[in-house]
Amino acid sequence: MRIGVTVFPGSNCDRDAMHGIERAGAVPVELWHADADLKGVDAVVVPGGFSYGDYLRPGAIARFAKVMGPLEEFANSGGPVLGVCNGFQVLTEAHLLPGALLRNSNMRFICDRVAVRVENTGTPWTSLFEPGHELTLPVAHNEGNYFADERTLAELEDEGRVVLRYLENPNGSANDIAGICSEGRNVVGLMPHPERASDPLLGSGEGLRVFESMLRFAGARA
Amino acid sequence: MKVRVLVRPKSGILDPQGEAVRRALPALGFGGVKTVHIGRLVEMEVESPEEVEGMCRRLLANPTVEEYEWEVVG
Repeated sequence: MRIGVTVFPGSNCDRDAMHGIERAGAVPVELWHADADLKGVDAVVVPGGFSYGDYLRPGAIARFAKVMGPLEEFANSGGPVLGVCNGFQVLTEAHLLPGALLRNSNMRFICDRVAVRVENTGTPWTSLFEPGHELTLPVAHNEGNYFADERTLAELEDEGRVVLRYLENPNGSANDIAGICSEGRNVVGLMPHPERASDPLLGSGEGLRVFESMLRFAGARA
Repeated sequence: MKVRVLVRPKSGILDPQGEAVRRALPALGFGGVKTVHIGRLVEMEVESPEEVEGMCRRLLANPTVEEYEWEVVG
């Protein structure tokens, strides 16, 4: 199984994501922002960082990078895509996920470990978790305050599309949302960083299950 | 042709920057400031002002959380 990791100028979690993918037992494939195709990968991770310096708005410029064309096609045809942190911001800017990530309500960059609960185990990236499983993941963001209009929030809740929820809301996020998925469940955006908790050497291996979930999902589908 | 685009948070959207400035002003002796909203000013020289609307919608503003207005200024 091959999982692509997009690399924009300013991405900084791409190596961590590739390391996590490798530890989970898949082959990581670097997808350069100027690439015109996805090199035939089975899934894509859009990693964290500060793509294009976060200029204008986080994700606003990355969203129009060349690699995003084929990525949007892939996502819209059901391909599994995971956006982490800045990757989540890129996916909302690209309208692959609803809503937007606003400045943290306390106006501070938050770098911490936070407890989250897995609310939806029906996505490719959470299929190995038990519903309601609680884990601790690193967060590092300035714009993690999830916003969507009331109708969209109600839709997300009614359709069970909240994937991760904070136990203690660090950033003002609506409904304590830490991660959501698309209508088709294949596109997932998370503010916390599973790849930064994918190796006990980094202090925790709890996040590895996100990548292992993808492998199991692919195995079940094959 | 010079164009000026103003982008700001939609009303009702949390504006923590504006709120932080609103709270800082009284500390400098400026009382009576009821609200502060902070947006972004984009000045451009363009050949085709009819394209500005599309630029605002697709890139300069995020219509999910921001509103925009623009004018030709010279």
